[in-house]
Amino acid sequence: MGAIESPNKWAELIRPEQIHGSMYSDPAIFQEELEKIWYKTWVYVGHASEIPNPNDYVMKSIGPQPVIMTRDKDGNIHLLQNRCAHRGNEVTVKQRGNARSFTCHYHGWSFNNTGELRTMPFPSGYEGVDKSKLSLGRVPRMASYQGFVFGSFAAEGPTLEEHLGAAKETLDRLALNSPEGEVAVTPGCLKHQVRANWKFLVENETDGYHPAFTHASIFEVSNSKIGDLYGDNSVSLCRYLGNGHSEIDPRPEFRRRGALLSWFGTTADRLPDYVAKMKAAYGEEKANQIMIDGTPHVMIFPNLFIAEIQVFSIQALAVNESVQHVTALQFKGAPDLNRRMRQQTMGSVGPAGLLLADDGEMYERTQRGVQMKNPEWVFLGRGKKREHLDENGFMVGTGTDEVGARGMWSHYRSMMEAK
Amino acid sequence: MTAMVQYDDALLREIEQFIYREARLQDEHEYDDWEALWTDDAIYYIPANGEGGDPENEMSMVYDNRSRIALRVKQFHTGKRHTQIPRSRLRRLVSNIELVKMEGEDIHVKTNAFIYESNHRGEVFWPTANEYRLRRTNGELKMSYKKVVVINNDKPLYTMSFLI
Repeated sequence: MGAIESPNKWAELIRPEQIHGSMYSDPAIFQEELEKIWYKTWVYVGHASEIPNPNDYVMKSIGPQPVIMTRDKDGNIHLLQNRCAHRGNEVTVKQRGNARSFTCHYHGWSFNNTGELRTMPFPSGYEGVDKSKLSLGRVPRMASYQGFVFGSFAAEGPTLEEHLGAAKETLDRLALNSPEGEVAVTPGCLKHQVRANWKFLVENETDGYHPAFTHASIFEVSNSKIGDLYGDNSVSLCRYLGNGHSEIDPRPEFRRRGALLSWFGTTADRLPDYVAKMKAAYGEEKANQIMIDGTPHVMIFPNLFIAEIQVFSIQALAVNESVQHVTALQFKGAPDLNRRMRQQTMGSVGPAGLLLADDGEMYERTQRGVQMKNPEWVFLGRGKKREHLDENGFMVGTGTDEVGARGMWSHYRSMMEAK
Repeated sequence: MTAMVQYDDALLREIEQFIYREARLQDEHEYDDWEALWTDDAIYYIPANGEGGDPENEMSMVYDNRSRIALRVKQFHTGKRHTQIPRSRLRRLVSNIELVKMEGEDIHVKTNAFIYESNHRGEVFWPTANEYRLRRTNGELKMSYKKVVVINNDKPLYTMSFLI
């Protein structure tokens, strides 16, 4: 069925509650996704805090394409491609560093960290050549929100803020957990590869149905309270935010508990400095509300996942290869909380993570499963009967319902149908 | 150049046997016997992105204290650690066993290992450079520290849920 070329191809393969297995396994569909999604919409690249100083740079990616994220001497961020305008050589082979310019080692061409060509050796051979047309490749649009830097390979289209839409509020909510109102993504990434299609990861990030089963082993031995958020008795919600974004909203559950820092599985007396700073920054009442509500759990389409204390960047490499770049979130002005967030993150995620290694196993088993002939379809109908619009007009269901995945697929389909 | 450590042959043989025994316990998923090799103040450290710098401030693949080592082992015993069902089929070769220095009670040892893993996904080779600190406790050698540098950790790595 992967070869259907009718005008209704996407409607055939992406039904309201059913997704055809080829959507995860057909290499031709992956190639089409690169053009219509990864090289078109706003894709999360990195965080401004990863290049704090003038002339810092770090190697990032948009799907399979490497991208250099640079900060110029004036502090502006640029997304450049690692390709010399002369003969296509890579201009840097380092993962990060500090440099005013990049020099190609093949013939010595040198580019500013803004992308412009500075010099080419033996210039007499280039008489009449317009240097301004020989810059490094550039991701045509770059924009950031709360320090999260996104790039779009489409020269025109919705602005980043239009794309983020209702998900903007989740990033604002995240930043509120810092007594200084600022997030940092500084401890360096773990890079965990799975032999699975990227959309299994996206679907899973706001799937509140799986933790009780996939993560049963760690819940059983660690006194983790995470499992309680995703039970049948939890009042957590799954909400579709539009434009492919979705969140698990555990705030109703945390508000029912009414305890500060319950969201982090701890208590106020364990983090006295943080609690004091939050109260000083926001006042008692607002600080208490922030520390009861906690941080968001939101999947920003197609590749930024904020998981309470971690940030994941999902990289689609091939139809059946994906990489999760993951690190601990850090809140400015909260060293005691940050330390514990790093420790918990290291235990949970990455190739050896007590949680994520089991997610990875599920992704890979599912990838093999959907290539089997029958029953052909993935069923995403959980909670269809009980989903409803909330007071703000967003589709919402219980925390274990597949509201987020259905929403993601409807947005995905509209992108694939677009000319 | 650092001076070579003075040691007697018996100590070297004892250390070799310890390292080989640890390797076999890992390959054969003998989790409890492996856990018993650690001292109470142990650190199990697998850096990400190179040789490792400051594990208190940077992300590592594993940076376990003794209680998290125990948690890791307990998780295997639940029978629900899906990534190890079925268990990875493993064999490792350990070589280049070098006594680096004596420091207080700890003997610093370096080794290389090359691990073959076969699982549902396929086959993965894990080349590692290892650093041990071994300490004699109640007459037996124990590990107070083990650092495993996965040589290709500059690149994305597949799930590494066995004991390395």
